[in-house]
Amino acid sequence: MPDLAPLWLSARLALLTTSILLVIGVPLAGWLAHRRSPFKPVVETLISMPLVLPPSVLGFYLLLLLTPTGRLGGWLRDTLGLQLVFSFPGLVFGSVLFSLPFMVQPVAAALSAQPPSLREAAWTLGRSRLGAFLAVELPGVRAALAAGAVMSFAHTVGEFGLVLMIGGNIPGVTQVASIAVYQQVEQMNYPAAHVYAGILCGFAFGVVLIVNLLRRYADRHGANR
Amino acid sequence: MIRFAFDYQAEPGAFHLLAEGALPLGKTTAVFGPSGAGKTTFLRLLAGLERPHKGQLSYGEEIWLDGRRQLPVQQRGIGMVFQDFALFPQRSVRENIAFGAGRHGQPLVEELLALTGLAPHAAQRPASLSGGQRQRVALARALACRPRLLLLDEPLSALDLSLRHELRQMLRDMQGRFAFTTVLVSHDLAEVFSLADHVLQLTQGRVTAQGSPAELFLGAGGDRGRCLLHATVLAVRPADVLWRVSVQVGQELVDVLVSAAEAQALSPGQTVVLSAGALSVQS
Repeated sequence: MPDLAPLWLSARLALLTTSILLVIGVPLAGWLAHRRSPFKPVVETLISMPLVLPPSVLGFYLLLLLTPTGRLGGWLRDTLGLQLVFSFPGLVFGSVLFSLPFMVQPVAAALSAQPPSLREAAWTLGRSRLGAFLAVELPGVRAALAAGAVMSFAHTVGEFGLVLMIGGNIPGVTQVASIAVYQQVEQMNYPAAHVYAGILCGFAFGVVLIVNLLRRYADRHGANR
Repeated sequence: MIRFAFDYQAEPGAFHLLAEGALPLGKTTAVFGPSGAGKTTFLRLLAGLERPHKGQLSYGEEIWLDGRRQLPVQQRGIGMVFQDFALFPQRSVRENIAFGAGRHGQPLVEELLALTGLAPHAAQRPASLSGGQRQRVALARALACRPRLLLLDEPLSALDLSLRHELRQMLRDMQGRFAFTTVLVSHDLAEVFSLADHVLQLTQGRVTAQGSPAELFLGAGGDRGRCLLHATVLAVRPADVLWRVSVQVGQELVDVLVSAAEAQALSPGQTVVLSAGALSVQS
């Protein structure tokens, strides 16, 4: 039986990344859905970049940016005592950036699709903008929220290029499941690679199934309307 | 009085609303006019849902808008019924009505459920209700926050004739019971006559007339010598030396003969005013 630590590390990374994305992705989606700003196209483009950019490219630039000999990396180490390169916090930081579009895009699209009269009705009934967003708009996009969370989780579990660049392959620290598969294949240890790959295949199937079921639920119950 | 002076344009080159006037407190005012006249925009400006380029708005002694500074919509004490009802789909009828009622509003919620006949549907979600029931939920929800000013955007337009009559009656009863000022948008003359004490006529973003429904539509001082009916042109066809114009008035089709010069100015879909001077009683 191969070491299951990479699987647990992947799960921990994905869980943390998804939680952080829920906290920062939802307000960002709300801003994109409702605000008119000349900066909006630029912000939308930046958020969507990871969809088209090779993960290794983003990882490469993050490595340069966060390395302790660089200006930002040095400041983080000296001021906050934080080293993001070749560490688990660095993996979380990179994964949050890389999975941002998977959370923001579906939620922003679902928020935009809601009739403006819903939030306006909440305002006329005395709710603040934040109160209306939390009490009326978010419950209406819960299927998109769940789909965004599931996709962000799954995407983080499946990430390879970025985590290898920024985190390397340190067992117990940055060696996640996708990197463990690669290492086992390199070492010609196919049985262990089969275990990791099989578990990831089963996980991927489960994720896509959940997303499809959520979509059907949203269509049937008008959860995004 | 509600005194207003709005200068509103969403963006350069777009529709421009430039309206000034006053509405009586404690009464029902109908904002009347053809489609595109700015009726809904006017209502949204009263609510504070649109920000005018500049303007003034006061409710009695209270200033709601001064130049570009305006009191937030949450602090105006209004209730609004939107054209699409804007009911919260994830909430039950009771939860929708209770949304604006506050912590101590439960007795009022129950009273409104009973008054609107919605008590048997209190646990249902809006999607399972008929159009008339949704309309009543929207009205009850707007009243549950005890508004001083009730704004209704074409409240009865989505309903059939029998439901309209029922809901007009309910609106009148509610105003008697809760004593609020009402401003409603309408392009339905029957609605205006049955509900409104005062009419503000808007045409292309300007106030073109105001007064009682009788003053505006039946001639000065309630002169009933002629009646003006809003009609939609359906077809313009030649008929010997004249032209036959088919128009729709309410649910009725009427043919009118006009000269060639008059016919040239008409096209299908256009809204016109039909003047009728004589009535006969059907036996």
